[in-house]
Amino acid sequence: MTVAADRTARLSEALGAKRVVMADEELATYVIDGLVPSAIVRPASAEEAAEVVRFAIAEKVAVLPVGSKSKCELGMTPERYDIAVDMAALRGIAHFDAGDLTLSVDAGLPLRELDAFLKEQGQFLPLAVPCFESTTAAGAIASGMDSALRLQYGSPRDFLIGAEFIDGTGSLCKSGGRVVKNVTGYDLHKLLIGSLGTLAVITRLNFRTFPLPAVSGGHLAGFDDLQSALEFRNAAAKAGLPLANLEVLSQEVSSMIRAILQKSGHPHPPGLGQQDWAVYSSFEGNQQVVQRIERELETIARQTKAVHTAILEKAEDESLGGMLRESFEWLRWASPANVICRLALPQVNAATVARLSQLAKSVDLRSAVLLRATGIFYFAVFAESDDPQTVAPLSKIVIGVRAIAESEKASCTVLHAPTALKKTIARSDSMPDAVLQQRVKRAFDPSNIFAPGRVVGGI
Amino acid sequence: MKSLLGSQNVLDSELDLLLYEFDGSVEKARPDLVVFPHTTAEVSRIAKLAALHEVPIVGRGAGTGLSGGALARGGGVMIVFARMNKILEVDIENQRAVVQPGVVNQDITRAVEDAGLCFAPDPSSAKSCTIGGNVAENAGGPHTLAYGVTTNHVTALELVLPDGEIVRLGSKHGDANGYDLCGLFVGSEGTLALVTEITVKLARKAQAVKTLLAIFETIEDASQAVVEITANGITPAACEMMDGWTLRVVEDYIHAGFPRDSGAVLLLELEGLPEAVESQAAAIEAVCGKCHARQVRLAKDSRERELLWKGRKNAFGALGRIAPANYVLDGVIPRSKLPQALQRIQEIGKKYGFHVGNIFHAGDGNLHPIVLYDPRNPGQFDNAIAASAEIIRACVEMGGALTGEHGVGMEKNELMSVLFTDADFALMRRVHDEFNPDSSLNPGKIFPLSKGCGEIRIKKKGTAGVAL
Repeated sequence: MTVAADRTARLSEALGAKRVVMADEELATYVIDGLVPSAIVRPASAEEAAEVVRFAIAEKVAVLPVGSKSKCELGMTPERYDIAVDMAALRGIAHFDAGDLTLSVDAGLPLRELDAFLKEQGQFLPLAVPCFESTTAAGAIASGMDSALRLQYGSPRDFLIGAEFIDGTGSLCKSGGRVVKNVTGYDLHKLLIGSLGTLAVITRLNFRTFPLPAVSGGHLAGFDDLQSALEFRNAAAKAGLPLANLEVLSQEVSSMIRAILQKSGHPHPPGLGQQDWAVYSSFEGNQQVVQRIERELETIARQTKAVHTAILEKAEDESLGGMLRESFEWLRWASPANVICRLALPQVNAATVARLSQLAKSVDLRSAVLLRATGIFYFAVFAESDDPQTVAPLSKIVIGVRAIAESEKASCTVLHAPTALKKTIARSDSMPDAVLQQRVKRAFDPSNIFAPGRVVGGI
Repeated sequence: MKSLLGSQNVLDSELDLLLYEFDGSVEKARPDLVVFPHTTAEVSRIAKLAALHEVPIVGRGAGTGLSGGALARGGGVMIVFARMNKILEVDIENQRAVVQPGVVNQDITRAVEDAGLCFAPDPSSAKSCTIGGNVAENAGGPHTLAYGVTTNHVTALELVLPDGEIVRLGSKHGDANGYDLCGLFVGSEGTLALVTEITVKLARKAQAVKTLLAIFETIEDASQAVVEITANGITPAACEMMDGWTLRVVEDYIHAGFPRDSGAVLLLELEGLPEAVESQAAAIEAVCGKCHARQVRLAKDSRERELLWKGRKNAFGALGRIAPANYVLDGVIPRSKLPQALQRIQEIGKKYGFHVGNIFHAGDGNLHPIVLYDPRNPGQFDNAIAASAEIIRACVEMGGALTGEHGVGMEKNELMSVLFTDADFALMRRVHDEFNPDSSLNPGKIFPLSKGCGEIRIKKKGTAGVAL
């Protein structure tokens, strides 16, 4: 369905011609999986965004809120996509209580700006997510991407304390508040995390902020086999060390990072990419805490047969940490066509990883494994060209990964896949609670206008 | 119902039902029938039978809730989960436990503490409250300042919907595909589903713990210290405040070692690596000194620490000795507004002729003013309710919210419109109706009855006792 010209004229009239864009060259920059919207609307206020939603309800057209468009490929291909609601103009800091460590920002505020603002106040928001340089606050929340600092600071569900949004009836609603502890009413804002724009147009987000740590540090340990790397990880956890991040990298991942850092002239840790497996740890606190953690990690590395260890220089730590925050971003551009799956599983053992690697080998494709201590597991498989024949085995990978996930009681999300492949993998059997999910969708969006079908399972 | 569960699992005598008329709140409402299921399947059958007879149902754990969440406001069947109290699985390696809703909060920690783990949310009632109730109310506690409330520690749920359907959501890991349904159901106050199984995260106990008692001459100084501690980015594991009047009552009863001549104390707990704890303690001492603390005392051993916490956790019981009834309020404010909030509370108390005590989670701005009153004096009770409403409104005016951890229940549902608009209610109501369309499950809670959006829509056919 397209937006008829006279309807669009009415939309332009309601919001001002400046707000509504229909030029082909601009529309082309909002394309998602080959779908081009009929119009872009750039509301300048929450009320204008509500106006767009009410228009969409009346005209039975589908809308998708967008921010910086850095991760529009996430999720399944929407069934309909008529209007892109570009929230980039709503970019203010609505409220900041430095003494309470709470903050309220508009949906379109770039995370980078927010980060710079908070840094000046000696605070930060632990949303270390991919596409950090471009992503907006609402984009970071709606995409549900993992933060590299999750081990220490939790996921957004732990520090998103409230939200304002336009629901599927065109009303401005809110949930939560601006206080760090609150049980007033249903926690509807939690549902927006990872909702991919299918429930509401987010207009404002309230966060709890955190004090910037005084000192931070990084450590790298190299291992000949995955078992030893996992033993290192488990021992670090048992020692009760407060790590901000811990990631186990396959050699493929380490080598790719090293190559990118070398090419861009950034420092890289010595030894990176030289062992089969590497474990990166980052941590923060005061000088004594950081030194203590460095010492303990060195001891654990010796006990778990590390073949190489390094306490990282600040610059090395920053470039490696930055690369790991951006894993999704560079993995998806690492070959002409590839699949990135994200698994969340209670326990990762070497056997699971071996099964996955074998899957890639069976179709003669290169793969990379990146495992975060929080049980989040990225598995990427690369095809060296995007012609249909080369891409075909990738669907076998997705089926295989899902089967392994199911047998391990893990959840599996396909974060990235060639568009043609995505159409064949939108299925719901990986989501046993799909019926409940649909009820939530219906409550928020009774007319089914928000990016229908974008959440796996046709929701 | 008796043929379904056996008569030993059903209560229907007047006297028995009377016992279930109360919970920890000042409200009361009598169920028509109380049942004790042992399995999820039984819960499902109870729900189906109640649905068939169009009788409301309400879930209940230990009944320690403070907002009337576990009271049968619409009468009907009360499902008490006390006999579904098994810890089904403990997975030390992955730091998870799977438990039935009737498991007592503290028993989870007891089961895993030898492995150096604990269940972090620790309401003052941890010795008796159940995890099912904690999930329903999204319970907090002193240590949630650093560790988060119940919702931050639940990864999967098994639920029985009002029509008897059994569903599972979330995952052992916590990240499941699609929307964060656990995030919606935890804290929904038993108005969307009955929780029959919970997977919780187990936290690792810190390497080092220090407990400090900071003693102040005035409550103003103590609250200013909390403001400064927060603003300086110091995050203790717990930061509790008790005013002088309250601590004297507590001291007379518990003998915890609180200085009877002080204006207020802060009970602070620091956890982490020894190096971090040391520097935090020094920073806190400096801040408290700047705020004119008389002394910052360090608990010298675990016995002294436990005694201080005993004083804190049993404070409400101690207050019971000096007045026939007390009403513990629950409001939340931005932490930067703490001194103003405490002053406002005193003014409101004065206006209604009450002395209002304060013992609360200062570190996260979660106030618990306590109003002592005599329930036999109807005027006093009404005044207590009016004072409460005014205090809660004041919290909202300062940028706060109606409840930090006790829930809305039937205590504050009429105050909800202070914070929420018709559009907010309409959305919450649509979410409610998707799961609980007839309001047969825990009716009369959360939504204001005075507004059209929140009527108790119970199609009650006589009393449950007769119908079932």
